Amino acid sequence: MLEHLIPVLAGTLAAATPLIFAGLGELVAERSGVINLGVEGMMLIGAIAGFAAAADSGGGALAGLPAGAVAGALAALVFAVLSLSMAANQAACGLALTIFGIGLSAFIGQHYVSFSLPGLQPLDIPGLVDIPVLGRIFFHQDAVTYLALISFGIVWWVLRKTRLGLILKAVGEAPDAAHAIGYPVIAIRYGATLFGGAMAGMGGAYLSTVYTPLWVQNMVAGRGWIAIALVVFATWNPTRLVLGAWLFGGVTILQFHAQGLGIAVPVQLLAALPYLATVVVLVLISRDKRLLQLNLPASLGKPWLP
Amino acid sequence: MPLLEPRPTPSAQMRLWSPLIAIGLTLLVGSLLFLSLGKDPVAAFGVFFIQPLASGNGWSELMVKAGPLILIAQGLAIGFRARIYNIGAEGQLIVGALAGGGVAIACDGIDAGWVLPLMVVAGALGGALWGAIPALLRTRFNAQETLTTLMLAYVASFALSYMVNGPWRDPEGMNFPQSIMFGDPALFSPWFEGMRVNASILIAALASAGFWLFTSRSFLAYQLTVGGLAPAAARYAGFSADRTVWISLVLSGLTAGIAGIGEVAGPVGQLNLNISPGYGFAAIIVAYLGRLNAIGIVLAGLLMALLYLGGEAAQVALQLPAAITGLFQGMLLFFLLGADVFVDYRLRPRPKPVIA
Repeated sequence: MLEHLIPVLAGTLAAATPLIFAGLGELVAERSGVINLGVEGMMLIGAIAGFAAAADSGGGALAGLPAGAVAGALAALVFAVLSLSMAANQAACGLALTIFGIGLSAFIGQHYVSFSLPGLQPLDIPGLVDIPVLGRIFFHQDAVTYLALISFGIVWWVLRKTRLGLILKAVGEAPDAAHAIGYPVIAIRYGATLFGGAMAGMGGAYLSTVYTPLWVQNMVAGRGWIAIALVVFATWNPTRLVLGAWLFGGVTILQFHAQGLGIAVPVQLLAALPYLATVVVLVLISRDKRLLQLNLPASLGKPWLP
Repeated sequence: MPLLEPRPTPSAQMRLWSPLIAIGLTLLVGSLLFLSLGKDPVAAFGVFFIQPLASGNGWSELMVKAGPLILIAQGLAIGFRARIYNIGAEGQLIVGALAGGGVAIACDGIDAGWVLPLMVVAGALGGALWGAIPALLRTRFNAQETLTTLMLAYVASFALSYMVNGPWRDPEGMNFPQSIMFGDPALFSPWFEGMRVNASILIAALASAGFWLFTSRSFLAYQLTVGGLAPAAARYAGFSADRTVWISLVLSGLTAGIAGIGEVAGPVGQLNLNISPGYGFAAIIVAYLGRLNAIGIVLAGLLMALLYLGGEAAQVALQLPAAITGLFQGMLLFFLLGADVFVDYRLRPRPKPVIA
């Protein structure tokens, strides 16, 4: 049983990587008071930009990830101009970004349909990889999966321990007060939104250049929306976000290991599981209104102009 | 110094101009896109917007595509007015198609006039049911309908895949994921020889008239709108927020379900994995572009249908990927939202220099 379980758990970590990137990015944006429903679109734009850069430069994932991050941030910039500078409805702008991202990535992706990329070999962490069981799960991963966990550490530290984190949260809780003290509310929200875009783009680029290194139209397949749901599930707390991403990574990977684990259900049901799980998880967390109210950034989604 | 300042009252003029400005900007950026791809923009727009309408069949296809878009958007608009964001109409369309398609498969071989009406009813109920789930989750458990409707759309597409790969797969279909072809009693019969336009377009037309009456004449629609714009005022007046959620989601699910039947009992003629080219998502743009107004939605639906046809024509005539339609749809919605800002805001006039 353990022999079967180790690849499943190791695969869970990799499957969680795009969710961690996109989820952390969205979490930071939401802590500043901006809800960007365009995560799916930014991930798709990051995925195709990353894939194109990796394929055209021959640089593989190393070229793909930064390209994905830049493209994701640019996509977020369009959203930011509309919803922050022009105070347009954030929900509608995010939706527009997703629809635009689906179209743009499919349009550019047409040239790359039959390409495939080499992917990334696992990078063993010397010493740690030899720990029985845990070593093969946690320390025999591709470099980007480690990077996702490092970015979690950074986001956690910035939000919890730094002045920047404090200002960011102040802007999300009480933009008028933050403005009165003299903080540039709009600029901070721009920063958080662009960071969210870069992280989503990186998550998308991970999917297209490392996780399944080939381009398939709409390959993000709802992960952007799951990431948004994860932020709610995590009650805007980065640690819970990573735990949630692992949970969803596990649910996603189940369909590839079901046979080996002796689970006999239709493949479509297994494939639908992450989406069903998202609904269940949202219900479980949302039913406690007080818990949500306590953690929800007070100005979330409300347009604000100085 | 911000460039925008709120208008004293929202500009009614701007509300009407904004879709036209958005269309203009989309055409402008589209021309630049065509130029950068080495195509002559004038010729390209000819292919996109004129060529599809140069034949009778083109007009027929326009109706075939506009029908479901308009029908779904009418339902969505009721919810959007109340700030209930059902973005999973695609899923409700699929479940409607499954419910009605199931009737068609069960009644295969029965030559009776009630088969098609029964399919429409089943489709409506299926779509309404798929809309009712997020309504229940929102009213009972406070779960955001934006996410749940969309997640259920993915679940619906896997359910469709399961049915056409499993129980409902055509035994003589060479293992393709598709059901049997429906018999004539389970199909809307085409009006003209060799064209696909059929009576299902009448459903969209009737629904549009119905929604126009509903939104402009009924007190219930007024309550729904107030509930969206001013929840506190609505509560004070005794309008139920839960009822708003239920009506919005069930109604939009119902119209999407009927649109699903229009597809499987019309141009598609069976259940397969391609029953909708994303009508459920495109209808979101149609609803906004049409100003959430029943008549506006009809016009916007026709335009969006033309965009689909243009994309297909461009694929054949200009060797452009069909995905260009999706690109134009996204741009259109962006420009629309941008232009809509000027309904509530105006540019702040530059302050005159003060001479001392």
